[in-house]
Amino acid sequence: MASVITNSDTGTRHRRRALRGMLAHRSLIVGSGLIALIVLLAVIAPLITSYDPYQQDLMQTMLPPSFDHLFGTDDNGRDIFARVIYGARISLVEVTLSVGLAMIVGVPLGIISGMTGSYIDQAIMWCMDILFAFPGIVLAILIVSVLGSGLVNLLIAIAIFSVPVYARLSRNLTLGLKDMEYVEAATSLGISKRRIMTHYILLNAIGPIIVQSTLTAGTVILSAASLSFLGLGAQPPLPEWGAMMSDGRNYLGLNVYMSLFPGLAIMITVLGFNILGDGLRDLLDPRK
Amino acid sequence: MNVYIARKLLALPLILIGVSMLVFIAIRILPGDPARMMAGPEATQAAVDDMRVRLGLDRTVIEQYGQFAYGALKGDLGISIRSKLPVVAEIAQRLPYTIALAITSYLLAILVGVPAGMAGAIFRHGWPDQLVMLLAIAGASIANFWLALMAMNTFSVNLGWLPLLGATSWKSYILPSITLAVLPMAVIARMTRSSMIEVLSQDYIRTARAKGLPAASIYWSHALRNALIPIVTIVGLNFGSLIGGAVVTESVFNWPGIGRLLVDSVRYRDYPVIQGVTLVAVIGVIVMNFLAEMLIAAMNPRIRLG
Repeated sequence: MASVITNSDTGTRHRRRALRGMLAHRSLIVGSGLIALIVLLAVIAPLITSYDPYQQDLMQTMLPPSFDHLFGTDDNGRDIFARVIYGARISLVEVTLSVGLAMIVGVPLGIISGMTGSYIDQAIMWCMDILFAFPGIVLAILIVSVLGSGLVNLLIAIAIFSVPVYARLSRNLTLGLKDMEYVEAATSLGISKRRIMTHYILLNAIGPIIVQSTLTAGTVILSAASLSFLGLGAQPPLPEWGAMMSDGRNYLGLNVYMSLFPGLAIMITVLGFNILGDGLRDLLDPRK
Repeated sequence: MNVYIARKLLALPLILIGVSMLVFIAIRILPGDPARMMAGPEATQAAVDDMRVRLGLDRTVIEQYGQFAYGALKGDLGISIRSKLPVVAEIAQRLPYTIALAITSYLLAILVGVPAGMAGAIFRHGWPDQLVMLLAIAGASIANFWLALMAMNTFSVNLGWLPLLGATSWKSYILPSITLAVLPMAVIARMTRSSMIEVLSQDYIRTARAKGLPAASIYWSHALRNALIPIVTIVGLNFGSLIGGAVVTESVFNWPGIGRLLVDSVRYRDYPVIQGVTLVAVIGVIVMNFLAEMLIAAMNPRIRLG
């Protein structure tokens, strides 16, 4: 079958679309590969390093990287490599819990808001607009100053400032979905509103919500590390990456490794989530 | 256009009331007695009671909020526990440093981000594009305080070229500005690139090319106009993330702005200052967002009529 391409543009367009598909594909592979690697390292941490991240050795403080201590040792003689690897556990738990909490609160609020309309919708969205007006870190500092410093309170604070993102997104998705024919059909069949929200709206909205959670995961890690760095989140001796840099800050010029490696770990993790999120978004974006 | 502005304008006071209520309530549900904290640990019971009346804590919560809101409108945000100075005076003294830092880092972000985004669009899929996109995604993934520590270690501690802490001379601005500029720079580069790509595929660009207009003039005349929306969006709509970045950056560099004031106040449990700085920061963000939305609507009829 011979086909003649009359419009030279068609060829270019096809090639471009294929290229974009490949780019999205490449992002997905690189991003999910990075995240999978970090999850793996976090899970099998005890197999990778024989050092205990909390074990002090005051005879071995401030050592530069060597074969014994890949990333050197800190001011208390703890192995920095072990602390960075175990730190991945804390960061992954931070992301999972705070994003999970924000979704559990935000998604139902958004769906209810979109389904009911009227004053309930306006009241919910007013609350979300108020929370959204705060710079995330500033709201988190306000909440932590009320609840007290600590990892759990930090996670609650981050979840609270992430709620509006999920509420707004779910509301927009609901507004688009609730006029679809299959929802109308379900309504006319007498299926309860509650079941429509969970089985007809939520299940169809979950894809974009997961993309959003991947895109915000990087911000969550950066915010958590920032607040821990400021002394408002995870407290020593927890090997949290931000808290480790807060220690390392006092030894600039003497031992840069205490700050260098936790920061690199943050960058690689956040990069993984950002690349993965970009790839997922490009893949699901109907405009492309 | 008028309806759009009117709706946005009407929403503003509602948001401001909500924000002030949230800040007010957050401080009120704190454990502990604010009157005792204000009076100090060695104060007698009589002094604490006196402080309670002075702070209006003997009245109902609604009355207290009214008093707080009335005071805030008059420019009275209470007295700092730590310095015993009016909170407004503390903020006024620190605010210029934060604003100066914001301006220098935004300028830097625009001066680097716009040309980088343009280069990415012009050499699409070529190596300049890949480089720009790689740097942009890396820039959005870096913890800014880590970058600050690494830069301090290299340029201040090891080489001794730049001051380590504080705001002593123009040199003090270099590292904090760069640190704070990285994120907006990355976002501006990405947005400029994608809006340029969209513009370059338009028919009128093809016409301009067919007419034989030199490439440089096509890029500059159309790019500059189209770079405006990303810039306004970042400077206006993402102002909150700059404030968030300033809180961290100022703390690392011991910069005497309101970001560090906020963090220090949390350490000293200086609640009137926490309340005041938070309120000022949020109002700043709301105003910047509003101005940006108006500007974007003025530039883009699709939004203002939609």
